[in-house]
Amino acid sequence: MSAGRVAPSPQVPVKCLVWDLDNTLWQGILLEDETVTLPEAVLTTIRALDARGILQSVASKNDHETAWEQLHALGVAEFFVLPEIGWGVKSASVRRIAEQLGFAHSTIAFIDDQPAERAEVAFHLPDVRCYPAEQATRLSGLPEFTPATTTVDSQQRRRLYQAGFERAAERASFAGPDEDFLRSLELVLCVARASGAELSRVEELTLRTSQMNATGVHYPDAELRRLLTDPAHEVLVATLADRFGPHGAVGVLLVHKHREMWHLKLLATSCRVVSFGVGTVIVNWLVDQASRAGVHLVADFRPTDRNRIMEVAYRFAGFGEEECACHLVPADASPGVLRLHLTPAPRPAPTTMLVEAPDLAEREGMQPP
Amino acid sequence: MTTSSTGAATAQEIEQELSCHLEKRTKRSWAPEEDLFASGALSSLFAMELVVYLEKAFGVMIGGPDLRMENFRTVRAMSSMVLRLGGDAEEGGDA
Ligand SMILES: [Zn+2]
Repeated sequence: MSAGRVAPSPQVPVKCLVWDLDNTLWQGILLEDETVTLPEAVLTTIRALDARGILQSVASKNDHETAWEQLHALGVAEFFVLPEIGWGVKSASVRRIAEQLGFAHSTIAFIDDQPAERAEVAFHLPDVRCYPAEQATRLSGLPEFTPATTTVDSQQRRRLYQAGFERAAERASFAGPDEDFLRSLELVLCVARASGAELSRVEELTLRTSQMNATGVHYPDAELRRLLTDPAHEVLVATLADRFGPHGAVGVLLVHKHREMWHLKLLATSCRVVSFGVGTVIVNWLVDQASRAGVHLVADFRPTDRNRIMEVAYRFAGFGEEECACHLVPADASPGVLRLHLTPAPRPAPTTMLVEAPDLAEREGMQPP
Repeated sequence: MTTSSTGAATAQEIEQELSCHLEKRTKRSWAPEEDLFASGALSSLFAMELVVYLEKAFGVMIGGPDLRMENFRTVRAMSSMVLRLGGDAEEGGDA
């Protein structure tokens, strides 16, 4: 049977499965046989893995156009990201797929009916787990293909990645100024008060996006959960979508509302959307809200070598280091954290995206005078 | 390749270099007093790029208090900030 190495620990979940085509995904050899067929059980596997948020790709030695047309004809082309169909060695294909996804080799799986192809991949990429074609219909029962949790975002993970690739391709071919391109995306930014369900996404954001975390302070899940019910705090989650599809949760804000001043304690935005100017749009929206509420704004900022773009966003929005009586309200600035201050004025809506957001000034939980 | 090897650039040299960069980057030309941000034509990421570009091209450090939009609003405003911060127009060659 499949001679070879012991697979790496099944504890490491597979994030992307790379399929061979001939006699693995479909039965038959495309360039030799009259027809190829897709077994029902293989289709079931593809659908099951997709629903679990496991990405799927292709590494096949074939004529690219013919094979890609065949995948369309079989109705499964949409399930595959970054297909590698050509005549190069498969280890190079798998390596490119991992690289473009930004995934470690230990999270990639490869399935092929040819022992020599599996050996070639295993030799060059020892961390990639290789499976013989006979196992195709049993993959969804294996622990490494069974993620512990399935979140809202994992169910649409493939869509997120595909939209990202389409966007990148479009951007590369777009010659006009940035904002024309942004407008062509038809971006919609939705800011909403966080509910319990969204908090797992929020925590993922504050953990993963250190680059854009302006405060450099992590708020653990339990702390944010506690503040959800505190009428003096606003915990807000921003999600972004465009005409290619959703980006998922892209930002989180924590605002402490004092009577004469709102204190922005946490603002983290995903690096994935920094080129869309989301940080600036959120800051300007908050400035406008504060202006309506008649309060000053104070924003915490801890400069690091990676978050200067947030400082640019704050400073260009008008935040500065001037003294103001409202500063005295929040005590306990941790060392190294700047308190940037702004006296708000109304701000026009952005021209690059539609913003849907609640009216913060109107919350009934505001402290009575 | 600059005419003076003594380092100190004139406002004119800086403005010329800057306009050239902006034209390449935005695919249109900008008059010295034209407001880059008024038309909504330039994004915040572009503002960040401008900061990095000015520091690299003219060897200046732009600190927090100088990161105000007024200092970046026009070619002329950027040029006077660079002069104030002691920039020179020597490109390439230096580390
Ligand atoms: Zn104040």
